[in-house]
Amino acid sequence: MKKWKELVPGAVVLEAGSSEKFKTGSWRSFRPRWIEENCIQCLFCWLYCPDMAVKVVEGKMTGFDYDFCKGCGVCARECPGKKGQKAIVMEPEGK
Amino acid sequence: MGKIAAVTGNEAVANALRQANPDVCSLYPITPQTDIVQRFASYVSNGQVDTELINAESEHSSMSAAIGASAAGGRVVTATSSQGLALMWEMLHIASATNLPIIMPLVNRALSAPLNIHGDHSDGMGARDTGWIQLWSENAQEAYDNTVQAFRIGEHKDLRLPVMVCMDGFIISHSIERIEYLEDKQVKDFIGEFVNVNPLLDLEHPKSYGPLILTDLYMEFKRLQHEIMGRVKKVVLDVAEDFYKLSGRRYGLFESYRLEDAEIGMVVMNSAAGTSKDVVDAFRDKGIKAGLLKPRLFRPFPYTEIADALKHLKAVCVMDRADSYGGYGPMFMEISSALYQVTGNGSGVAKPKLINKIYGLGGRDYMPEQAEQVFTELDAIAKGAPVKLVKDYIGVRE
Ligand code: SF4
Ligand code: SF4
Repeated sequence: MKKWKELVPGAVVLEAGSSEKFKTGSWRSFRPRWIEENCIQCLFCWLYCPDMAVKVVEGKMTGFDYDFCKGCGVCARECPGKKGQKAIVMEPEGK
Repeated sequence: MGKIAAVTGNEAVANALRQANPDVCSLYPITPQTDIVQRFASYVSNGQVDTELINAESEHSSMSAAIGASAAGGRVVTATSSQGLALMWEMLHIASATNLPIIMPLVNRALSAPLNIHGDHSDGMGARDTGWIQLWSENAQEAYDNTVQAFRIGEHKDLRLPVMVCMDGFIISHSIERIEYLEDKQVKDFIGEFVNVNPLLDLEHPKSYGPLILTDLYMEFKRLQHEIMGRVKKVVLDVAEDFYKLSGRRYGLFESYRLEDAEIGMVVMNSAAGTSKDVVDAFRDKGIKAGLLKPRLFRPFPYTEIADALKHLKAVCVMDRADSYGGYGPMFMEISSALYQVTGNGSGVAKPKLINKIYGLGGRDYMPEQAEQVFTELDAIAKGAPVKLVKDYIGVRE
């Protein structure tokens, strides 16, 4: 742990992208579950997620990054799914 | 020597801001400060400065914009008074703890309620613990000189701290006095080009301002903030020395007036110090050894230096143009803390007897008779009379 003499005045974070090291997923009380067969790959979930926790590989939704997903449920709400069947559902953590 | 002019305190300070040619000025008008930003806006319109002007929708927004512009990497100014400063309160802490050297004239005005637009120090004293450097000014000349020096002080690489330059509302801001301006080029050379530190707009080196710091590091950051404030005195004195070479006008952490051989003394800040010095002279003529100490740097407070300057006195009155209801005046608290630490040769030291007078609230006139009343009381205390009331009010109808 840093001592006060080692700190950057003004608490400026000089390292770009360092928030990757600060895992916020443990705050979650609900977790999104992806149901692949209902997914139409519209990527609304990726667009709306406030925490960049939707993992997209080669332009395709592949699941969630639970290190950062805070369980807000925005993706589940926005997900159109297929024929009224949601491709994301929220479930209580630890169930 | 620069131009000699007859101007108000506001005009003098507005000219200092013009000469500093800041990158950004965020503003919101409030009496009695409005005149400063109004003049500054005309400098912008007339092309006399290269400043981007931000008309904010409140003082909270004006300080927020100043913080953003300063973090982006620019030289930034704003100005305010009273309720405006009160509305800025949360942002003041962010400016200082983020080490953003914003320069802000504060034209001192009483706080509501009751609503009052006139000068007292309740606004500035309320911002005592915000982490800003505070320079206080007796007259228009000092307000101008302090504003010029504030850029060098706040922007110093060892500090990077915001500076509040205080002067009394109306009494100084709107009275016309003789002042000596420095030439534009002299000011430009004196304060130098703005050098930014960790600018957000340096896109090659992305960085973050305003992180969440919890129990693991918050206290370390606060300790660091205190350390940086501890460096201010030296910078203030170094800058004052350079300023003396340039202008011939001397500044220190405070001004001592006929204090060296004095037996009784008054501590008083800003415009009331001028009136009080005349009364010191009158008492000296009567053979009473009176003196005066006028603080200039109130934050950080120069405890040891002020204690050294006062410790030989028999009785001291600390004058407060602000009150702490149910407490002593804010200046009194500092002076008594400073004197309590005075130690002698181990055989017990006599310290000055201390009294506190609250005066001039809401712009109530401070007259020579009030200073005479104080020095007469101090003279009696010095000769052995007991202190009847530590804190009392003067110039109030009983
Ligand atoms: S629950 Fe919220 S944080 Fe988690 S993936 Fe969905 S939108 Fe992102
Ligand atoms: S919003 Fe739903 S349907 Fe669209 S990509 Fe995400 S999971 Fe698939």
